[in-house]
Amino acid sequence: MRDIKTIISKVCPSATFEEGDTLLVTVPEKEWHKFAENLKNNPELGFDVLSAVVGVDWKDSIGVIYYLTSTTHAWDMISVKVVAEDRENPMIHTVSDLWKVANFQEREVYDFYGIKFINHPDMRRFFLRNDWVGHPLRKDYDANPDLNPIRMTDEINEDDTVSYVENEKGEVKAVPGKVFGEDDYVVNIGPQHPSTHGVMRFRASIDGEMVKKVDVVSGYIHRGIEKLCEGLMYPQTLHYTDRMDYMSAHQNRHCLCMCIEKALGLEVPERALYIRTIMDELMRISSHLLSFGCTAMDLGATTAFFYGFRERERVLDIFEKTCGARMSLNYNVIGGVMADIHPDFVKDVHAFLDIMPASLKEYHKVFSGNVIAQNRLKKVGYLSKEDAINYCITGPSGRGSNWSNDCRKKHPYALYDQVEFNEVLEDGCDSFSRYMVRMREIEESCKIIAQLIDKIPEGDIRNPKTPKLIKLPAGRWYQQVEASRGTFGVYIESDGGKNPYRMHFQSPCFNLVGVMDLCCRGYMIADLITIGAALDFVIPDIDR
Amino acid sequence: MFDFGVWTSAINDFLVGLFHNPQYDWLVTLIECVIIGVLVLLTYTVLALFYILYERKLCAWFQCRLGPMRVGKWGLLQVFADMFKILIKELISLKNTDKFLFKLAPYIVITSSVTMLACLPWGRGLQIINFNIGIFFVLAVSSVGVLGILLAGWASNNKYTLIGAMRSGAQMISYEISLGLAILTIVLLAGTMNINELVLAQEDGWFIFKGHIPAIIAFLIYVVAATAETNRGPFDLPEAEHELTAGYHTEYSGIHFGFFYLAEYLNLFIVSGIASLMFLGGWMPLHIAGWEQFNAVMDYIPSIVWFVLKAFFISYIIIWFKWTFPRVRIDQMLAFEWKYLMPLSLVNIVVMAVLVAYNWHF
Repeated sequence: MRDIKTIISKVCPSATFEEGDTLLVTVPEKEWHKFAENLKNNPELGFDVLSAVVGVDWKDSIGVIYYLTSTTHAWDMISVKVVAEDRENPMIHTVSDLWKVANFQEREVYDFYGIKFINHPDMRRFFLRNDWVGHPLRKDYDANPDLNPIRMTDEINEDDTVSYVENEKGEVKAVPGKVFGEDDYVVNIGPQHPSTHGVMRFRASIDGEMVKKVDVVSGYIHRGIEKLCEGLMYPQTLHYTDRMDYMSAHQNRHCLCMCIEKALGLEVPERALYIRTIMDELMRISSHLLSFGCTAMDLGATTAFFYGFRERERVLDIFEKTCGARMSLNYNVIGGVMADIHPDFVKDVHAFLDIMPASLKEYHKVFSGNVIAQNRLKKVGYLSKEDAINYCITGPSGRGSNWSNDCRKKHPYALYDQVEFNEVLEDGCDSFSRYMVRMREIEESCKIIAQLIDKIPEGDIRNPKTPKLIKLPAGRWYQQVEASRGTFGVYIESDGGKNPYRMHFQSPCFNLVGVMDLCCRGYMIADLITIGAALDFVIPDIDR
Repeated sequence: MFDFGVWTSAINDFLVGLFHNPQYDWLVTLIECVIIGVLVLLTYTVLALFYILYERKLCAWFQCRLGPMRVGKWGLLQVFADMFKILIKELISLKNTDKFLFKLAPYIVITSSVTMLACLPWGRGLQIINFNIGIFFVLAVSSVGVLGILLAGWASNNKYTLIGAMRSGAQMISYEISLGLAILTIVLLAGTMNINELVLAQEDGWFIFKGHIPAIIAFLIYVVAATAETNRGPFDLPEAEHELTAGYHTEYSGIHFGFFYLAEYLNLFIVSGIASLMFLGGWMPLHIAGWEQFNAVMDYIPSIVWFVLKAFFISYIIIWFKWTFPRVRIDQMLAFEWKYLMPLSLVNIVVMAVLVAYNWHF
């Protein structure tokens, strides 16, 4: 295999390189779109997955870092830095035409940094109201509450959108547009709705019962975690990870801890690694059980919901004994875990593993095997493998489209290289496949736990050399883990201080909600609910 | 078997005797009508309360729960508390709704439901209206209920309620066909539409046993169609709380919502009652030919108990459906009716006709 740098230099001679956690390629804004096309379509490169889009304000300049991986080549992840030419009116060419996932990602960057993406089809804010003054993650943002009071009126002109179109001469012009046409019958689903699994709002234009278009309106529980993190010390930032995807609290926190440990070069004791891995898998089981319950519930099978909860309750009991909490677990810390496992831990986990196979059988009997459930889920919400890759749909939903994307296999962390398990894949590309992937992943997770539970070594639970005051050296790091719903990524940029300069969380659910429009078109309103349930997004993870 | 007609005629005789004059017959009729009206409404309320508790307890047991346990022994008084709460709740008046139709809708629903209740044969001699087209009348009245639901959905001026109402209209009109055909199958077998005669014809064996396989098929079709007709799971699309929040009654509050709620539970009882009338002998006890002592014991149980227990049993099956099956989708539901259920009932009715024509039934 040839060196990636030589290929890139051939394609884009003006690119500069910077070694680090990942290879950082800096390209001028003017050449970015052409270079991006090359990255994706050049058979030598083949970077077809856009893992993360991170906006950063470097004070003297403002820009975006793109993290890219490939499904066809064995490249390591690379990052591309693009800096806007004008800091006051920043503009960067969109790549949403190449990687569809960039559509929402760039809207988020626009929302927080005011970077306008040229040729982006729908340049609205993503989280904040359209009458919000300023772009909060810019370092020169004015946080004066008088500028953005709590508004008592409805958002006006929520149908208006704009697109910055570049003509042949290179002039950029704003072209206003509308999200829905005059004649569209738009049904508002959410933000207060029983089946959006949180405060999510979909605006669906329907024709009879058929969905024609879905517009995602997000941000109802946006807490500005990334902004908050910039004012906190590293150990403090950990607490927010539990509150994003609360069904992957352990994995998310694990990811942030790993990212900080990587930056510090800190070793984690063997015992802590065992505990972390087991906890991650328990969390995954509890998440998939909830997902099973909610899918059943959204289909109207309320009884199956309770069956799922019955077993999930036992996982939460285990968490409660060890972590002291059932939801916001606060367990992983930098260098290890917060507290040692409860003396009953091993016994309880064994008891849980013993009942699980019979329970799964029961679920299949009650719900998966039911003819109505199968009719409702099969051939609904089709998402091809190409689309899954293009929209970066990771996790069980992506694996339901037969895309092998399991981080635990691709880049093993913790103890995943020492245990034996299968990556679950289904090739139905529909809601039923996604559902089945989850059910089968419960079995795999049980298998992983069973291999580890009796071998937990004695020793420290936290590296005693962990510094009291954690300061990261200047630099940037990106770390991924396999959370319950897909690949969760953390980006940290440090200027050497005790607070992160920029912290970005790449949540899997953000991408999941991006395919709602694609998946729901041509299906019925009732299917919109089941597609959402089978994609299994958690709203706080989208909103952060 | 005890004839409740003894009581009713005793009351009639007493009232007639009270006035001693035939010119006051209208007053006698009026008083009797008022008594019956009060009785029907009372029965309606008590049954509704019982059904709410019945379903809540059954649902809880299906779901590994206990259900209401705090108010009264085993939560028996919970429903009274709930009903009292619904009675004292505010009737919220909404802007931009058709106020007249909005308020009218729950009354239409509840009226059709009460009228159907009045037609049921409760026991030997315990029947309010008995006329030659009894079962046909019940079917006709049941169709009026859907009008109330459509009005509720339309008058609320809400997209969810409108979709719910449209679904409801499509569903009830479709499944009424199968329901009617299933009943017609039994009418063919009995040769009468008079409710009293229908029951009496089952003295020597319930229709489900007398009518061979077509009667059993008709029974199954009836149970499925009745589930759809009462908007219950897996056919609860008009409400479909996970899609349409609460479907056609989203905007209702207080007792107006309570009317929909009561009517829904009572319709469950009514369709179960009709099932027991058409297939399980109404208030007729279970008789097995030759087992004289057994039959005597069965006769000892009052007819009203027979009827109510049979209805509760059918309701149990329908409640069981709801708490087991996921909800079907509108296209699947309509396809199921028009492509499978209705052709099947049509074939079934022909088979039954042949059976009756050649006198092959028992």
